[in-house]
Amino acid sequence: MNMVNTSEQLLDIDSIRKDFPILHREINGKPLVYFDNAATSQTPRQVIDCIVDYYENKNANIHRGVHSLSQIATDAYESAREKVRAHFNAKHGHEIIMTSGTTHSINLVANGYASILKPEDEILVSAMEHHSNIVPWQMLCQKTGSKLKVIPMSEKGELVMEAYKDLLNEHTKLVFVNHVSNALGTINPIKEIIDLAHQVNAKVLIDGAQSAPHLKADVQALDVDYYTVSAHKICGPTGVGMLYGKEELLNMLPPYQGGGEMIDEVTFEETTYAGLPHKFEAGTPNISGGIAFGAALDYMNAIGFDTIAAYEMQLLIYATEEIEKIDGVRIYGTTPEHKTAVLSFNIEGLHPYDIGTLLDKMGIAVRTGHHCAQPIMDFYKIPGTVRASFSFYNSKAEIDSFITALKKAKSMLL
Amino acid sequence: MSNIQERQKEIVEEFSIFEDWMDRYEYMIDLGKSLPLIEDQYKTDENIIKGCQSRVWVYGAMDNDKLDFTADSDAIITKGIIAILIRVFSGQKPEDIIGANTDFIDEIGLKEHLSPNRANGLVSMIKQMKMYAIAYNSQQNKA
Repeated sequence: MNMVNTSEQLLDIDSIRKDFPILHREINGKPLVYFDNAATSQTPRQVIDCIVDYYENKNANIHRGVHSLSQIATDAYESAREKVRAHFNAKHGHEIIMTSGTTHSINLVANGYASILKPEDEILVSAMEHHSNIVPWQMLCQKTGSKLKVIPMSEKGELVMEAYKDLLNEHTKLVFVNHVSNALGTINPIKEIIDLAHQVNAKVLIDGAQSAPHLKADVQALDVDYYTVSAHKICGPTGVGMLYGKEELLNMLPPYQGGGEMIDEVTFEETTYAGLPHKFEAGTPNISGGIAFGAALDYMNAIGFDTIAAYEMQLLIYATEEIEKIDGVRIYGTTPEHKTAVLSFNIEGLHPYDIGTLLDKMGIAVRTGHHCAQPIMDFYKIPGTVRASFSFYNSKAEIDSFITALKKAKSMLL
Repeated sequence: MSNIQERQKEIVEEFSIFEDWMDRYEYMIDLGKSLPLIEDQYKTDENIIKGCQSRVWVYGAMDNDKLDFTADSDAIITKGIIAILIRVFSGQKPEDIIGANTDFIDEIGLKEHLSPNRANGLVSMIKQMKMYAIAYNSQQNKA
């Protein structure tokens, strides 16, 4: 296919793959084909080296010590925060709260609103949320008596915007939508969602866990109130991520956890809290992880998000064309141009678990099941799907191996 | 009627002729297709085993002093695994089922399915079958 030949020229795939040590290992005696990128991305040598360098040369507790090593570690950590700020174009560095990841970020905001919301208030979540963007809001509604309402989705796996407009009213205080659906890859029209919410003075949290690997969000241009990201989806380490929040909104939220780092003055009578971002960063953070988060953004920005998006789109189109040649395949969700590089599918008469098990025996890592988005599976009345999710370090040759393995699995199971 | 150890030994021998994973899985898929299906009246939510990616129902009933199992799943490999477990445990006395070890699963090359990371619930299936055995055993002891 000409298109894919050009796509391989978009970036030097052989040289990129050399950056990822894990891509050269075998699984069950076969070369690993890693198509579970929406669950976690792989880590390039540059990021691994950054973590090693931290422990070999910079390890000290930050923000405290007068000694030089502590200053070196603090500078490295704060420079990573600045990289995150610049990447997402936040106005201020202190609007970037370093967290353990998206789930932590969402819980931090949900917890903050427990003392703000009233029983008459309403919260909207989309029908295609990950459980981590459903459960914290259910818990919040239990505490506050507020109502949780759901923005429905269509058969194509897109949000029904007319229904969203109807749900918005003067009682709507918060709206939570993922930028990209983890189960289907749908890119949601978040700019429109944010603007409509602001018309009724509701605040919007966008879960960027699945968008960050594929597209660069500009939080100021979006005018988004809160935006969350996990580093491990964008070539960074696990256990670190960020919460972006507008300065005035973060100031309004109470602290989430008490501890060191987050205080201004402590007596047994009263504690005054530190300013942003430290108010939300109690305890010693994941210092090496935070620094490596910055290194991961450097790595991806050096390739360029436009190049990444264009290359992944060509992989997705190629994979979609090839998989559709297999009889009985049904792809869930929208067409390639409206989603990130995710193929969520089933084969008629086969259970996703069986397909995933046999693909694994052939060295191919995909995700099967409900993808922590059970409401979507209920919508389609299926137990789950097989999800192959691609990254810029995947190749056309890997898609060919996947298609061959899928045909083999199908012939074994039918 | 062979006992649990003898049946496990038979299964290990059957699997030993397979040279690669593909033959092993094809055999399991065939076993899955031959699984004695659970009657619809027992395919209820309370007989579903939690923690499985596929839905699995297991039902156990006493036939004189032996415990018989029937089961079903919507995934065929899972059915194959249950078929193996049923062959080992069905028609055995509850006290024998309670005391049985399941090391043979490792020997037939299905160790990967015992990992808690696996969402197939093999561990939960064994636990459920043993729970039936414990429940019927205590009933018998009371009687």
